[in-house]
Amino acid sequence: MATEHVALVAGAEGGTSVKPDTKQQSTQGNVVNDFSIQIATVNGSGSQSANLVLLKSIFRMGIPVSGKNLFPSNIAGLPTWYTIRASKDGYVARKKEIDVLIAMNPETSKEDMLSLPPGAAAIYEESANLQQFRDDVACYPVPFDKLTAAVCPEAKLRKLVKNMIYVGVAAQLLKMDMAAVEAALRKQFAKKVKAADLNWAAVQAGYDYSSTTFTKSDPFVLDVMNETAGKIIIDGNAAAALGCIFAGCTVAMWYPITPSSSLVENFIDYAKRYRVGEDGKATFAVVQAEDELAAIGAVFGAGWAGARAMTATSGPGISLMAEFAGLGYYAELPGVIFDVQRTGPSTGMPTRNQQGDLLSVAFLSHGDTKHIMLIPGSVKECYEMAQSAFDLTEQLQTPVFVMSDLDLGMNNWMSEPFAYPDKPLNRGKVLSAEDLTKLGGFARYKDVDGDGIGYRTLPGTDHPLAAYFTRGSGHNEKAQYTERPDDYFNNMERLAKKFETARSLVPRPEVVQTGKSKVGLIAFGTSDFATRESRDQLSKEYGLDADYLRLRAYPFSREVQEFVASHERVYVIEQNRDAQMLSLLKLDLPAEEIVKLRSIRHFNGLPIDARSVTDDLVTQEGI
Amino acid sequence: MGTTPVTSTPVEAPKPAAKTNRIGLQVLDYRGGKTTLCAGCGHNVISERIIDAFYEMGVQPERLMKLSGIGCSSKSPAYFMSRSHSFNSVHGRMPSVATGALLANRTMKALGVSGDGDTASIGVGQFVHMMRRNVPLIYIIEDNGVYGLTKGQFSATADIGSKLKTGVINDLPPIDTCSLAIQLGATFVGRSFSGDKKQLLAMLKAAIAHNGTVVLDVISPCVTFNDHEGSTRSYKYMQEHEEAISEVGFVPHFQEIDVEYDPGTTINVEMHDGSHLRLRKLHEEYDPTDRIAAISALMSAHAKEEVLTGIFYIDTQKPSFTDMLNLVDEPLGTLPDERVRPGRQVLDDVMQRLM
Repeated sequence: MATEHVALVAGAEGGTSVKPDTKQQSTQGNVVNDFSIQIATVNGSGSQSANLVLLKSIFRMGIPVSGKNLFPSNIAGLPTWYTIRASKDGYVARKKEIDVLIAMNPETSKEDMLSLPPGAAAIYEESANLQQFRDDVACYPVPFDKLTAAVCPEAKLRKLVKNMIYVGVAAQLLKMDMAAVEAALRKQFAKKVKAADLNWAAVQAGYDYSSTTFTKSDPFVLDVMNETAGKIIIDGNAAAALGCIFAGCTVAMWYPITPSSSLVENFIDYAKRYRVGEDGKATFAVVQAEDELAAIGAVFGAGWAGARAMTATSGPGISLMAEFAGLGYYAELPGVIFDVQRTGPSTGMPTRNQQGDLLSVAFLSHGDTKHIMLIPGSVKECYEMAQSAFDLTEQLQTPVFVMSDLDLGMNNWMSEPFAYPDKPLNRGKVLSAEDLTKLGGFARYKDVDGDGIGYRTLPGTDHPLAAYFTRGSGHNEKAQYTERPDDYFNNMERLAKKFETARSLVPRPEVVQTGKSKVGLIAFGTSDFATRESRDQLSKEYGLDADYLRLRAYPFSREVQEFVASHERVYVIEQNRDAQMLSLLKLDLPAEEIVKLRSIRHFNGLPIDARSVTDDLVTQEGI
Repeated sequence: MGTTPVTSTPVEAPKPAAKTNRIGLQVLDYRGGKTTLCAGCGHNVISERIIDAFYEMGVQPERLMKLSGIGCSSKSPAYFMSRSHSFNSVHGRMPSVATGALLANRTMKALGVSGDGDTASIGVGQFVHMMRRNVPLIYIIEDNGVYGLTKGQFSATADIGSKLKTGVINDLPPIDTCSLAIQLGATFVGRSFSGDKKQLLAMLKAAIAHNGTVVLDVISPCVTFNDHEGSTRSYKYMQEHEEAISEVGFVPHFQEIDVEYDPGTTINVEMHDGSHLRLRKLHEEYDPTDRIAAISALMSAHAKEEVLTGIFYIDTQKPSFTDMLNLVDEPLGTLPDERVRPGRQVLDDVMQRLM
């Protein structure tokens, strides 16, 4: 199954395997490779390189690691946080508690300090004097400006270089492998040797200051493991872009919107590198549109004319695409839409995470419309589902939405390397001029094969019978204009049948079931990470072994009903207020199954964490 | 040629008796379904001219994509050239659909049919960006100043003072789609009148020869809602106020140029496909390569309550949008797998870098 490897970090078969490592646990009183680091900075202060060096150093030490950028809608000046979680057990969900704080933002440092659990550690600018607020936190005040000035004579670079000082301090305190840190840093600045040297000097300055100044008074340490060899680190948007490259996507039209923009930007980068011939001519066209209406219009125009076309957007863009999405459904047009979800509405918290577009996308537009959604739960699935989406949209001749989100799309995740596609592209039912000669013509909307999917021709097919007229719902089997009740009715019934066909073609859910548990969990997308971890918590702390089904697509395949039917209580875990996935399940399941559904929701803008899931479930279970 | 009007009728073949064009097709092969528009509607006449133009230019119908938005005008692609693929899209959004279709297959000709509401109101955003890109498309605005399908409300091209049947008078200024087109980068801009058969046909044939955005604003009276006294889009008003800036002659590339012309009175434009436009000046300062002069002429005419027609502006040098993108010669949409899916070593290379 496609997602087994995602468990890279999480062990095989859905569950998170806890591998006790005697060596690591023998270090007395220490918390080894199992804590979170939060770097609080000011947006635009250039901390991203430093944070990535920290993340990738831990990765190079062989320790499972994940990173999340919790950022404001702002270019410079507002507070931003980067969270790194090292987890020997491979947990990659956001950890609710912060164990090590690096407080670089004077605006938020007091609040950051106060939010720490007892026993945490804090690295901060000396002058902030944060030790006054907590006596139960290990404090490491650092004179950042003084240390920076000493290694960076050029004043205007100091703001950036300062960040590398905290990398050095953290590396020393957390007992990191400095060879790994240097390798990560030099790779980060691969093409800029001078910058690499300067930044490395800053790391060393931080390290030296820490080692000569501090006596370690916290338990958090990192120790070399061997869990990341052969793995990659990539964000979901880049992974999806790569999927588009290998899916043979030829047309992309888009309007920039966070958090989806980097998907197309990555596509452009990859395509320029790998899809331009020696003569400089491209096998792809990317156009920045005037708005999302134009983006989706061009996608359908291109799909109609035979191209594998895509756009990437987020909630507000989805809203603008609504009218066209309906036409795409009725006129049976292929096109792939990546929805990298964020919190609604257009203004507010556009850079925060939510699984909030499920209901609006499932029925996007007016009239009787319903759409196919693929729901990647890992970067590897972003890559794979991008490819499935293009196959499905051409096979089914209907728009396909890939429902990623900010957490998956914009954050870095470890993964097994992606596999080269083993099947040729499935271009669906397209008739050539030769076919038309053989058949003596065709009826565009006739259900020849009993699957609800007609045959189409592409503009430019050199045959007098190739052309047909594309319009909305008012057409008969031969694509002629009609407003006859029976024609409309029959067409709608065929479209419904096509949706049933889709049910058996979309990616099946991933199920972990012992057959013994009365409690089932259903999650999807980025709610998966917290759900896996929560299952382990439930098992270890409460002796509750819950079965688990991870949805990967809408419409739901039959396994979903079977899963619900075989449990007494099924918790649907999702990141929105209104239980949107649960609502979709309610529409699909028989009444006797619906009553078993319960809801666990997380919707404060932050990615869902395991502890919140566990606490909510335990309360509802009354244990 | 001198003062003799340049006609669009080819001097040699096809002879009137001949039933086929230069690619051996009959005019029947360019016909469409039966119109459902009102009898006497200007749009039907435009459809006839489109049929004539593509027939006479000998364009293989299968090489054309017809696209439209919503409205009476946008229904009309069903009434001509049934052998061409057609796409009736969303109100005001045809330019994006056409752009996508042309990206998928840049070897096709594309014809967009829109109306004044579809273009100048709901669709003005996509209209301007299509022109800014110089998308290679013939964009016809069947302009009657009202919304027909919703029973006669004013559109944004209606003139100040124009009166509806109900007596309502328009008091907002019109959007001049031609001035807008010239400003925003369309490379072939003209206005015609559905009742002016000769001029419209010549302009359509020249449009077929052009590579870039062609905007043709064709005044096309709405016999049901806007053809009465007091309307500035009626047949009568047009007959009284039409003022041609030039006389449009067209010599297609497949026809020998044996017509002399007087460079003092006629401007010769060599087009992308080797055809020639012969524009005989009817206005002293007429220069169709001068954007500023073109806009000035349009504004002056408007001030005089004249409806200026003819080709106002043409630029045969600016690359079209699909040329600018430096795409492979073949249609992107039907490239074989091996040309659009990189090999195994490419993925290995990418993975290696991510480790």
